[in-house]
Amino acid sequence: MTDTQTQTAPWHQVVLETLKRNDVRLVPYVPDRVFTPLIKALHADDFFTTFPCTREEEAIGIVTGAWMGGMRAAVLMQTSGFGTIPNAIASLVCPSQIPAVIFVSERGTLGEFNLGQAMVCRTMRPALDALGIETHTITRHDELAFIVDRSIKQAVATQAPVTFILSPLLTGGKVFAA
Amino acid sequence: MTQTPAPGAHNAKVMNRFELTKRAVAQLKAEEAVVAGIGNTNFDLWMSGQRPQNFYMLGSMGLAIPIALGVAIAQPQRHVVALEGDGSLLMQLGCLATVAMLKPKNLTMVVWDNGMYQITGGQPTASAAVADIVAVARGCGLANSAWAADEDDFDRLFAAALKDGGPTLIAARIDDKPGTGTTDRDPVQIRQRFMVGLGVRK
Repeated sequence: MTDTQTQTAPWHQVVLETLKRNDVRLVPYVPDRVFTPLIKALHADDFFTTFPCTREEEAIGIVTGAWMGGMRAAVLMQTSGFGTIPNAIASLVCPSQIPAVIFVSERGTLGEFNLGQAMVCRTMRPALDALGIETHTITRHDELAFIVDRSIKQAVATQAPVTFILSPLLTGGKVFAA
Repeated sequence: MTQTPAPGAHNAKVMNRFELTKRAVAQLKAEEAVVAGIGNTNFDLWMSGQRPQNFYMLGSMGLAIPIALGVAIAQPQRHVVALEGDGSLLMQLGCLATVAMLKPKNLTMVVWDNGMYQITGGQPTASAAVADIVAVARGCGLANSAWAADEDDFDRLFAAALKDGGPTLIAARIDDKPGTGTTDRDPVQIRQRFMVGLGVRK
């Protein structure tokens, strides 16, 4: 995409194009309502191999195997899913130096209606900090392509995972129908 | 402790993990990848000879099959074998459904079922009493799933699986003998050797 197109394309198209530009071909995910347009677009594009997993740590294992086999991969999940993967990150991804690219749809903030989501959200950034993982919370559309593109390149170059937390400020989030 | 065999495995012979690991590795002639799960599974793989195409998982209990699936997707021309224990698989049963859904022809899953969490003190697993790993796998959609009746049967099942007719799951009842050694504990070196073995790195 040109810069102008990037500015007008929806967030999910910018993510898809940025993954493609970085040859990230494999995208296992655990579903999320907010990520639905991205997941649909990935399924519709033959460039990508994308499928649902039963648990987020399963997707982390798949991404790790794919990287070792020569294929770049990213995983999609929501906040509560992140809460299930610190062991897989701490005992597999970090010690083995795997550039896992992790997209988290941020729930639990900015109008959250589910206390379970709100509480798990509070554990996410402290866990990421404790693990020493490069993390970017993306709130602005005009910064999205730059952050994702540069950070994937950094992850590969430094053989380290990266997490993108996509804020409701970017995606619109999930709205409480009250 | 005495293991009560899973319902579908009552005729299966109780074998030895290291012996079966050596038999499996002896059949590998095409630089097949092998991903071994945490604990005695990868200890016995290590002691069977350190092929560059072997990956020894040091943590992340339950992820041997997902890691092997990732390798199988990335390298469809190479056969990939996952070795996993019953306790580890019980932690991540959902991966069997994912494998069945994707149907990778080049993936073989071997499950060593001793009915216990051996390395943590021999506590019983659910498969010691009631859970039948092969029935679970078939229920997930993995039609090519079988208990190995004895060593010769294991050899036959494994040879057939390597012909890319997969995905295949082979379960083997094994005894309570501990692993025969231990792996090095350098995950970066293990990962790098594996990537060299797979032709991804020079």
